[in-house]
Amino acid sequence: MKATDIIKNGLIKENPTWVLVLGMCPTLATTTSAVNGMCMGLATAFVLTMSNIVISLLKSLIPDKVRIPSFIVVIATFVTIVQLVMQAYLPDLYETLGLFIPLIVVNCIVLGRAEAFASKNNVWHSLLDGLFMGLGFTWALTLVGLVRELLGAGAVFGQSIIGGNDGMLLFILAPGGFLVLGFLMALVKKIHK
Amino acid sequence: MAKKAQSTLINMLLSLTIIAVVAAAALAFVSYVTAEPIAQAQKAKKESAIKAVLPAFDRLEETSVDGAACTKAYSADGQLVGMAIEASTEKGFGGHLEAMVGFDAEGNISGYQILQTAETPGLGAKAGEWFQKGNKGDVIGKNPSTGLKVKKDGGEVDAISGSTITSRAFCELINNAYNTFQKGGNE
Repeated sequence: MKATDIIKNGLIKENPTWVLVLGMCPTLATTTSAVNGMCMGLATAFVLTMSNIVISLLKSLIPDKVRIPSFIVVIATFVTIVQLVMQAYLPDLYETLGLFIPLIVVNCIVLGRAEAFASKNNVWHSLLDGLFMGLGFTWALTLVGLVRELLGAGAVFGQSIIGGNDGMLLFILAPGGFLVLGFLMALVKKIHK
Repeated sequence: MAKKAQSTLINMLLSLTIIAVVAAAALAFVSYVTAEPIAQAQKAKKESAIKAVLPAFDRLEETSVDGAACTKAYSADGQLVGMAIEASTEKGFGGHLEAMVGFDAEGNISGYQILQTAETPGLGAKAGEWFQKGNKGDVIGKNPSTGLKVKKDGGEVDAISGSTITSRAFCELINNAYNTFQKGGNE
């Protein structure tokens, strides 16, 4: 397997959000603004990269029957590290994302890549897979957040561009999340083909 | 590739134990390193909230009234000019709602700042700005001695559109803070 294939898979061909459609809970919940989506994506990318590296290193030492609990412990450890570090050094961000950070543990992408990729491939490829799957997730979440923030609050990355207007509230709320996600998914598939 | 470990009882026990021990050690280390910055970040946030909600003051004094943390502010000549009270309610749309509320010496609201909220983004989460000076639900300068209420309940506070529950919870929070203020002021 070539490194460029892994990179392409993560970013476009097997993009976790648009193609694999994994991890929809954080996708819908945290994309109320572009910044939130991006930060959630980056936090997930970090956890994904680190857990892929560790699981790939340990793959021959972990007996098959206990592999899932082992993966979960590794993933949960990195998630907790992200949570503590964010709380200590980025308290403002922790305020908005705090609720969703622990949920990275149960994000299907992280466990999915551990099971489907890291437990079968070498460390270097697992690192690349984790990093670029994570970045693929990040750009997807940022895009969804960007559209929702633009329509819902009339702002881009927190900068208001439609003065004195509240925007269409629907897009900040849950139904808007589903709508934006659906239309963007259709659009991305159309462009990709 | 090294030979895969067999799923024997001893192998499973060993691998899970080792992974758990290493994970616990890593977490203990990170928790130890971040404990200090986390405490500082929380303290800094509280302090900036206290400064933001109080009228001009020269000296602060921390006390507690009925278990609620409050900070008394004095002018240079020792006159009480206001109090900042940490108040909370569980009646928010997302449950727990916590804010720093400031009163001047007469009990008029001099400012507030939301500390912790789980209200809906786009609706109840607007509480941070909605009730500030010059905005629609402006409560600054009001005296909650008769109890702050939203218009729907016969009061004079404009509720956030679409978020009556949050607005009611906010009023209750202010009233809680005012009770603390009265008890604290008489001491």
